Amino acid sequence: MPSEAEMRLRERLSKLAGMKLLRGTKLSGELERLQDQLDRLQAEPSEEEIWRSVELARHQDRPYTLDYVERILDDFFELHGDRGRADDRAIVTGLGKLAGRTIVLVGHQKGRDLKERTKRNFGMAYPEGYRKAMRAMALAERHGFPLVTLVDTPGAYPGVAAEQHGQGGAIARSQAAMVRLSVPTVACVIGEGGSGGAVAIAVADRVLMQEHAIYSVISPEGCAAILWRDAGEARKAAAAFKPDAAHCLELGVIDAIVPEPKGGAHTDPDSAAKLLEEGILGALEQIDALEPDERRRLRREKYRVMGVLAPA
Amino acid sequence: MSSPDSGRVDVSVETKRAPDTAPEKSHPNTCPGCGSHYRDDELAQTLRVCPQCGHHFPVGARERIEQLADPGSFAEEDAELRSADPLGFFDLRPYAERLAEAEIATGLGDAIVCGSATVEGEGCRLSVMDFSFMGGSMGSVVGEKFARACDSASEGGVPLVSVSASGGARMQEGILALMQLPKTVCAIEELHDSGGALFSVLTHPTTGGVLASFASLGDVVLAEPGALMSFAGPRVVAQTTREKLPDDFGLAESNYRFGHVDGIVPRAELRPTISRLLRLFKEN
Repeated sequence: MPSEAEMRLRERLSKLAGMKLLRGTKLSGELERLQDQLDRLQAEPSEEEIWRSVELARHQDRPYTLDYVERILDDFFELHGDRGRADDRAIVTGLGKLAGRTIVLVGHQKGRDLKERTKRNFGMAYPEGYRKAMRAMALAERHGFPLVTLVDTPGAYPGVAAEQHGQGGAIARSQAAMVRLSVPTVACVIGEGGSGGAVAIAVADRVLMQEHAIYSVISPEGCAAILWRDAGEARKAAAAFKPDAAHCLELGVIDAIVPEPKGGAHTDPDSAAKLLEEGILGALEQIDALEPDERRRLRREKYRVMGVLAPA
Repeated sequence: MSSPDSGRVDVSVETKRAPDTAPEKSHPNTCPGCGSHYRDDELAQTLRVCPQCGHHFPVGARERIEQLADPGSFAEEDAELRSADPLGFFDLRPYAERLAEAEIATGLGDAIVCGSATVEGEGCRLSVMDFSFMGGSMGSVVGEKFARACDSASEGGVPLVSVSASGGARMQEGILALMQLPKTVCAIEELHDSGGALFSVLTHPTTGGVLASFASLGDVVLAEPGALMSFAGPRVVAQTTREKLPDDFGLAESNYRFGHVDGIVPRAELRPTISRLLRLFKEN
């Protein structure tokens, strides 16, 4: 039996097929995209597959933001510091050319060896990191550059100094900054999309997710510790809250899934980067033609309907 | 801080025969600050503030509205909204069962109550959270009701007063709970674009996703004395970082010192403070 999400997608497909051109956006691309998503949806991921995504999303060889930057962007120029206190290395910001066009990039950055991991604080940003991100967003808006964000964090850093510097407020304001932008914005979850620390830089016109990335309200271990009172039940917790890409697509949280090479992005970073680039360019193409105000309005509308209520 | 033992009556005789497994949690009406105990009606009269030491007890949404709104002025909106169970979530018990139980225990449809009211004659919208409904967690209903309260404030041309008390996003709704953060943020942006204002009052505790979204985005942000307002709770911070936490970790007083709130307002002054702000934000 087709799932509810499948029915929704089918409905959208049939609607789109019958529609005339919409403000110059390329409908044929949209059709193909939906058909592609529909094919992916046919197979509901099992508990095993969900856990495999959790493992792959955290794989130590999985490409991180800078691995993609060097493969996708030309002439990347990194921007440092929040202009207030510090340069948080858990978030990378900069300018670069994507297919010949200048974009602003914001992404979480993890480290591969112990030294690098410490420097990057395991991809867990302080408020300074989110303030640096907001500075980059403001720059994008000022100069009309599209914004691309890459999301890969276990979560915002839970520490005394982070709280004192206003972690909650920084995450809230970073989302608000993204909601205000009128330039095209594309976010892609490339590894772990951990809770508030992830969504802080993931409020975009188009949100993509790599095939084996995860996006969740809490880590499987954290959820297990609270609800099962045993962090060892992480596998059960993950199966219960379904952080995998297929479920996120089904719930309408993301707009599309970016395929990975067979076996995961780490098996072939070059191909993974190629697929990611195609995904980002495809998403940009869909939103480029919109009027800036229209883009912002549609972005807000998209988020305003997220969630599921009981039928009255 | 006063010693918890000071001025206590010795009741050891009465408790001698108590079972060994005496509940660790004290009675909800026993003050954790000074150990004084009150009848429920006594506490209700003092706005649930301990007359001895000033400790602020938690206040439910309905009672908070009674404390703030002019008598008879509150008209609830969107009371009929209820959570669905989009994931078919089942931990030790089904989410649907937890929801039903919370509704029976609290008499509320979810962890937030919204509506229009006047405060000392000034019109506004109120959006008040209730910690006793599943820890004040934010799922689709809390996000939706808050967002609609923003719309309603904007349509009515009055400010929105938000009183938060929340443990964060509701895990049982998975990623959709996380999406309530940007959803409420979008609603506030729309409210601000229409010229509307948001006053955010943080009460104990306001943590996680609620702090990381609408509670932090008030034009004016106030907190009650002693309220915990941290993104990560003290236990999580202590466990992950093994740092020694300062005594006032994440409390309103610490947040005030670091510049994250505009003022700490004792409960007795909250109503006059809000009406003052409502007058200040009125169009000239």
